[in-house]
Amino acid sequence: MTQLLQRILPTVQKPARYTGGEFNEIKKNPEEVRVRVAFCFPDTYEIGMSNLGMRILYGVMNQMDGVWCERVFAPWGDMEEAMRKHDLPLWALESQDPVKNFDMIAFTIGYEMAYSNVLNMLKLAGVPLRSADRHDLKNIVFAGGVCAFNPEPLADFIDFFSLGEGEDITVEIVSLYDKAKAEGWSKEQFLLEVSKIPGVYVPSFYRHEYNADGTLSAIVPLNGAPEKVTKRIVEDLDSAYWPTKMIVPSTEIVHDRANLEVFRGCIRGCRFCQAGFSCRPVRKKSPEVLYRQAVECMEDSGNNEITLSSLSTSDYRGLKELTDQLIPYCAQNRISLSVPSLRADNFSRELMEKLQTVRKSGLTFAPEAGTQRLRDVINKNLTEEEILGTCANAFSGGWNNVKLYFMLGLPTETDEDVLGIAELVNKIIKLWHENAGMKKRGLRIHVATAFFVPKPHTPFQWEKQMEPEEYLRRCKLLKSRLNSRYTEYNYHESALSRLEAIFARGDRRLGAVIEEAVNHGAKLDGWDEYFNYGIWFDALKACNVNTEHYTTRGFGEEEVLPWDTIDVGVSKKFLLRERHRAQEGVITPDCRHGCAGCGANCLLKEAQCDE
Amino acid sequence: MSRLLFEKKGQAIWISHLDLMRLFQRAFKRAGLPLTHTQGYNPRPSVSIALPLSVGVESSCELLEYELDMEQRPNHKEIVSRLNAALVEGVRVIHSYDNCAKLKTLAYLDATVDLEYDRGIPEGAVDAIQELFSRKEIIVEKKGKNGPTDQDIAPMIKKLEINAADANTIRLAVRVCCQNPSLNPMQLSVAVTKYLPQFAPDFSKSARVNLYNDKEHIFR
Repeated sequence: MTQLLQRILPTVQKPARYTGGEFNEIKKNPEEVRVRVAFCFPDTYEIGMSNLGMRILYGVMNQMDGVWCERVFAPWGDMEEAMRKHDLPLWALESQDPVKNFDMIAFTIGYEMAYSNVLNMLKLAGVPLRSADRHDLKNIVFAGGVCAFNPEPLADFIDFFSLGEGEDITVEIVSLYDKAKAEGWSKEQFLLEVSKIPGVYVPSFYRHEYNADGTLSAIVPLNGAPEKVTKRIVEDLDSAYWPTKMIVPSTEIVHDRANLEVFRGCIRGCRFCQAGFSCRPVRKKSPEVLYRQAVECMEDSGNNEITLSSLSTSDYRGLKELTDQLIPYCAQNRISLSVPSLRADNFSRELMEKLQTVRKSGLTFAPEAGTQRLRDVINKNLTEEEILGTCANAFSGGWNNVKLYFMLGLPTETDEDVLGIAELVNKIIKLWHENAGMKKRGLRIHVATAFFVPKPHTPFQWEKQMEPEEYLRRCKLLKSRLNSRYTEYNYHESALSRLEAIFARGDRRLGAVIEEAVNHGAKLDGWDEYFNYGIWFDALKACNVNTEHYTTRGFGEEEVLPWDTIDVGVSKKFLLRERHRAQEGVITPDCRHGCAGCGANCLLKEAQCDE
Repeated sequence: MSRLLFEKKGQAIWISHLDLMRLFQRAFKRAGLPLTHTQGYNPRPSVSIALPLSVGVESSCELLEYELDMEQRPNHKEIVSRLNAALVEGVRVIHSYDNCAKLKTLAYLDATVDLEYDRGIPEGAVDAIQELFSRKEIIVEKKGKNGPTDQDIAPMIKKLEINAADANTIRLAVRVCCQNPSLNPMQLSVAVTKYLPQFAPDFSKSARVNLYNDKEHIFR
């Protein structure tokens, strides 16, 4: 560690997040490696170290011969200020070496509002922001993560994107780089070769052409680039790389526990959910493999908490078998087992009771919409009976804390749907009066509404986002009806969700906006402390961006979409069909009640889609 | 109840007191040494560290109390080696033992405070600092939970030696009270900056060296 850093650390909050040195951190001798990768997470250490994808790929790259992958996170504002003041460039935790000295700079991007952090980190590293301004093979910048499914807003900055699950493709990319470096290729030659790896998207190999009204007229592939780039998946999760020896942070992180992913994909098909469609097809891990990995991981890390994660853990077919084994193991070793995102079915209720032998935390539901009609439109098949049934049981069992999550501004939503939320809450309060064993402790119902953001690769990718004023009117309408003393209501600010909507369906013209905003201090937009709509508002104006184009306008079904080059497996035809069913208020049953023909099964070559 | 003597050095000095407790809880688990748990609503592994150390201060003499939940307990040597294999760089266990002195007899600690001058030690600084710490009263602002208060640090300095450690560093070797009342050795640097602004160091850092009981015998 440099003397400079030694002097800065006492002046910043939570210095341990800048030092590295955690248990299971991987250090290699720089003399003995050929390719050095700076793996950047565009948010703070506490958020990034909670990200399972990053932990997997860190292990994958470090398993490779001659490759050393190190971690880089966005500094908090106080550290950034100190770095600027002392000309200290952004460094990687393991070696403390400056990011600008690395061969490859990788980002994993899961949230549109992290775009400012991507650019700000490059800036803090002293690496030119624009791909066109980086001429050498050194400092190749590539990115993956869910945001790579509409990579266009970052097209000017990122040399290439890696689409889908990274276990295999990352090895192919880094191996190719290893060869390129040994043979002294130019950056152009490398990009040409890397574009031949299935799942790699090189944005500079596509020309975007626009109509007079600002919509896209054509996307023209150049240099023999494929018309469509299909995301990569791992077919057999049981044999896929799994990092048993995970870094154990020395300071508290957001999800401070071991994380066991039970399956990938989702059978549900909620029409607003990007992950639900873009992570298909459904592939499961076997309970035996999961149990073995859980035990290895717990013994190695010393964690006292483990969580079973997936998009909808109740839908994991092996859940009973796995928890039957895990619950006794955890009890014996004083490990607490948590299973988030359980549905309100009978087995889940029993499981919940088994898990909560000690602590009774709250119940959480995400009905997303207030009436059955609107829940049918969005294909969220959670019924009022299920919610009320679970609440009644829970209240008689002593629970007294309920969280309810909704969205406002959904397609076809009316005031009746908004008020339906208040009616549901009132029914829950009535149930509590009828069923609660211990009324003295009182009831707490937290209601939160988010502002609907239409996302690419969903049936709602063409929808309008509501005007912020109308969204806020609906929030206030709901607030006026949620007047019980048991209820607490929070609604998301409209500004952040509007920006999220702009960038979620953004095109290449937005790159300049991000650059302009970052040059004026935009950073850490996911944090209330730093989010500053004024900076973005000015940047959008300075770049002459018509924000309605990306939000309240809606996209035409015939229109060329900025993300049309990206194939996530689910076909556009299917998304359109789902959109029309939504308009008719017709639900589509989940995959296990009949294949709806989304197309994602085509990504599987050997295995079957686990419906 | 058993006790560990451990050191905290290098980059581990940036780990906070609470994080260090969590780190040890996990290290015991990794080492196959299950701990007993506290009773109550939210049981926690029973480890506690005496005299919380400020972030950024190194130490050769940290004490941690623990209790193993094992019928056949490994011997102390084994405990030390298993823990050290499970700990992070910079945190190293030196001893594990059972005959623990009563914490309430812990009274003093030895520490060093390094005052660093980037352009070399200013002329006259050593003498002036020597004079400062021989005063009967040295009032320094102390940051507390209820805002800053004034603290007279002079009575809490039991011994003090001052030396030039190198061309750029003045080293204060002090013995200070560490319980009822306690003095954070870094307050000595604050005092230099307040009373002798012309000799304010560019940077200062501190290290804990050893612990003593009320009779000034080494405390374990």
